[in-house]
Amino acid sequence: MTSGIGERVLRKEDARHLRGTAQFVGDIKIAGCWEAAFVRSPLAHARIRGIEKPDGLESRVFVAADMPDVLPIRAESSLPSYKQSDYPALAKDKVRYVGECIAICIAPTRAEAEDIAESVRVDLEPLPPVASIDTALEKNPPLLHEEWGDNLFLTTEFNSDLSEAKKNAAVVIEREYNTARQCMNPMEGKGVLAHWDTKYDQLVVYTSTQVPHLIRTGISQSLQLDQADVRVVAPDVGGGFGYKCVLQPEELSVAWTARHCNRPIRWTEDRREHLTAGANTREHRYKLKAYADKNGRLLGVDADIWVDIGAYSVWPFTACLEAAQAGGNLPGPYDLGAYSCRTYSVATNKPAFTPYRGVARPGVCFAMELTIDAIARAVGKDPLEIRRLNLVQAEAMPYTNITGKFYDTGDYPSAAVQAADMIGFDTFRKRKEEAARDGRFIGLGLSSFTEQSAHGTKVFAAWGLPLVPGYEQAMVKLTPSGSIEVKSGNHSFGQGLETTLAQVACDWLKVDIDRVKIVMGDTGLTPYSTGAYASRGMVMAGGAVSKASEELVRRLRIHGAHLLQCDPEKTEIKDGRVVHGQASVSFAEIADAWYLHPDRLPDTVNTAGLEVTEGYKPDIDTGVFTYATHAAIVEVDPDTGRVEILDYVIFEDCGRRVNPMILDGQSYGGAAQGIGTALFEETLYDSGGQPLTSTLADYVLPGPSELPSFRLGHSESPSPYTRHGIKGVGEGAAIAPSGAIVNAINDALAPLGAELTQIPATPHRVLEAIFEAKEQNRAGASA
Amino acid sequence: MKPVGFTHSFPDTGTDAAAALKAADTKIISGGQSLGPMLNLRLARPASLVDIGAIAAFKDIRIEKDTLIIGAAVTHARIEDGDSPVPLPAMMRSVAHNIAYRAVRNRGTIGGSLAHADPAADWVTTMTAIGAELTLVNAAGERRQMAMGSFMHGAYRTALNADEIIESVSVPVGRGDAHWGYYKVCRKVGEFADAIGAAVFDPTRRYARIVVGATGGAPLILDELAVETARSAMLPKDGRIEEILARELPDADRVKRHLLATATRRALEKVLAK
Repeated sequence: MTSGIGERVLRKEDARHLRGTAQFVGDIKIAGCWEAAFVRSPLAHARIRGIEKPDGLESRVFVAADMPDVLPIRAESSLPSYKQSDYPALAKDKVRYVGECIAICIAPTRAEAEDIAESVRVDLEPLPPVASIDTALEKNPPLLHEEWGDNLFLTTEFNSDLSEAKKNAAVVIEREYNTARQCMNPMEGKGVLAHWDTKYDQLVVYTSTQVPHLIRTGISQSLQLDQADVRVVAPDVGGGFGYKCVLQPEELSVAWTARHCNRPIRWTEDRREHLTAGANTREHRYKLKAYADKNGRLLGVDADIWVDIGAYSVWPFTACLEAAQAGGNLPGPYDLGAYSCRTYSVATNKPAFTPYRGVARPGVCFAMELTIDAIARAVGKDPLEIRRLNLVQAEAMPYTNITGKFYDTGDYPSAAVQAADMIGFDTFRKRKEEAARDGRFIGLGLSSFTEQSAHGTKVFAAWGLPLVPGYEQAMVKLTPSGSIEVKSGNHSFGQGLETTLAQVACDWLKVDIDRVKIVMGDTGLTPYSTGAYASRGMVMAGGAVSKASEELVRRLRIHGAHLLQCDPEKTEIKDGRVVHGQASVSFAEIADAWYLHPDRLPDTVNTAGLEVTEGYKPDIDTGVFTYATHAAIVEVDPDTGRVEILDYVIFEDCGRRVNPMILDGQSYGGAAQGIGTALFEETLYDSGGQPLTSTLADYVLPGPSELPSFRLGHSESPSPYTRHGIKGVGEGAAIAPSGAIVNAINDALAPLGAELTQIPATPHRVLEAIFEAKEQNRAGASA
Repeated sequence: MKPVGFTHSFPDTGTDAAAALKAADTKIISGGQSLGPMLNLRLARPASLVDIGAIAAFKDIRIEKDTLIIGAAVTHARIEDGDSPVPLPAMMRSVAHNIAYRAVRNRGTIGGSLAHADPAADWVTTMTAIGAELTLVNAAGERRQMAMGSFMHGAYRTALNADEIIESVSVPVGRGDAHWGYYKVCRKVGEFADAIGAAVFDPTRRYARIVVGATGGAPLILDELAVETARSAMLPKDGRIEEILARELPDADRVKRHLLATATRRALEKVLAK
């Protein structure tokens, strides 16, 4: 039995996860290992006047002054107007957000390390905090980075001529949309364990990361070590979502301390650290004007987008990525004739913005999808019709949109229609009227998007990033026992890549998946990869495994043909054997010949052997586009403001599905996070920049009871530009829920005249919207 | 985060536990479901914890004459399951079933919840509505009874003296036959409430009480509304609950007042539907 591409194979990694035998950073046991705790800033913005170590514990506490050889994290960008920020491992002169690391304290146990951390006295001179975009952009605001003269990392502008759109518009929709700051909340937070290996004279860093090879580069740059002297290992990782795709200041401090003290040191992030110092994503504001004709055909969009970046630029994705993605992706799946957009990446006294599953697109999708529904209401048509009218049509593919995005394949209107059919769009009006007669408020919302995945060299180079992904490499090897070993520098932290990469190898080698061992995430063992982000793992690592497997197959046929005394061209691969007519030889026999009995092979044998490393990238660098429409039906309780999701449908097309079961899991998980964004999750700050949501009692995550039973539908439009027609899909389902759910809420509340434009749509916001609508109705009635 | 160091003792009797409170920086721990997080966040920093989990009498549920007596260290889960030698009021079992999550209910205790006096917790409102009395014991072994309605002074403030702990909670047995309604508004299953309405009506014993919980302070007893409702056996007129809450809670914002009024109305709807 083989387990190739397209099979619903059970996940290889689940046995150890279900049995609790996985090895996360917290599970690693190294003799003599001590634990670390950080002294973190209690203030959002302050000058450090002095740091006093506790008496007798000077050798247990390290501050920036102890580490003059550690360079700050510096994410440079070649984009014009971009301003550089130095992100120190430990704060030196100033602190710029609550939770910023000031000192690292070590002890045999975490509790003792925390005792020491408490006794470190930090003398801070408070500075006026910048706790919001508004404060940051005031006249003469307090400055995070004084040398800048303002609080803007970057502004961008995209212009096309809107004059025709304005002239021909029958309808102008003008809205402000806001999305909350969030924490990503992987089940396992950050974690890092470092020690110095005296045999290889090498720093070994176990870290919970998505990008081990990048972290190796980052650590060696900041610690000024040769990369050969650094090995980074990503062990089992309990969720990434983007949170672990950047160099972490804690990785630098722990690595330096382990080396300095010549002792293994570990730090694991706790939930409070995560909810304060890790509140680093999703906060956008949009001011948007959309122009449409009387039929609801979009003519143009004019937008300003602000992103609350926080204090520093992360490495390697910089402070620019979010706004660049927002400005570039706002047109989304729509055929838009005219578009202008200005983006502002704003520095505030908050943790450094980090790309989270969907990167900017959950925000732009929310803004665009609410606008599409507003157009539908304004022209008196249904939202499905407006989408069918405006989505890029199938016959236009491949299609280059107004911002230069190259949509490779697909039928976007069809996905919208199919999602609408699945959820019962046609009969919903009747259902809604019946509910209204019972005093219930139900609504239906649609949300369509494209997900640029596995975008490569040219795209990242255009963003001016310090690190541009190129060829993804993988190694595929026949072991002496005839099993297959696959090594990839990418990493699996919940996406099931361990299984899907094995399926790709099985597809070529026709062996049982149990005969394939996947080794990932260790710079000492695997070929170079920039890692797992941007929905690239399956396309890139899958492509590399495919290419290496193909070459291994070619070599196996040559070796096998020699053993069978036939022409390699006349052999085929079947059930782990090289077959020629009735005769065949097993992979184990071929391995035996190569490794243990080379006397059976001719002198002319290919000396490259049965171990193949190949590099791969798709035929285009611009990425391949997955697309979907989500549809939600919600009920709003107008007296409690509570929103219940009654039904939720996802119709998605991500090209060829490698493992449909794993894809379903990606959809469930992404949509669950998207529902968190839509209804629950929000990091709140007071005007002093103090986070008010520092425990999971205050920062509300959706639980099983809050999630619907998702219903999924699929079509497959393989990309002609990737191996096996695969497209990336890891981020997609997190993008659309806010649009679908808030459109559904607004549909439900339409009879009351209430409209929400801010997420999360908390009960408080829903009730306030209803109160305001009532007041306006009253004012209207009395006028 | 990890707690600061503390000693952990397990006295055998309530009197010994109360006596242990005389030492400086000492706290009682029961199920630890509120104190545990506070310890880990280092917001609570006691030098020693006195664990009442080993006191057998505190885990007792029994009936004496016409009174149901529930030991302070009885868990929410036991109440939920009816794991008791004597019947428990249906209202209490239903409320217990909806406290937080089962993992919390397995350890959290009724006495711990009442002594902690979180305004948004279920038991402070429920036991006020059901007309419970508390038995408090001090270091000298002296006991006193106190009505739940007088026990909670405000958020996390109670009538307990410095050397006093809750020994048990008593409910008149007949209260188990009363009509009751309970409605909790919270953002998701298992979260603390944003608003609670509780109503208990026992016409045969002439008992009527309506309580509003999660107000930010002690539960609010609406006697006037209870009398009106008991007399009319009808839901209050539109705006009546809001009017009373506006008077009683002038500082609450309009959303909070609306949620409290909604919870109260829905609790009454449940009573009157019975």
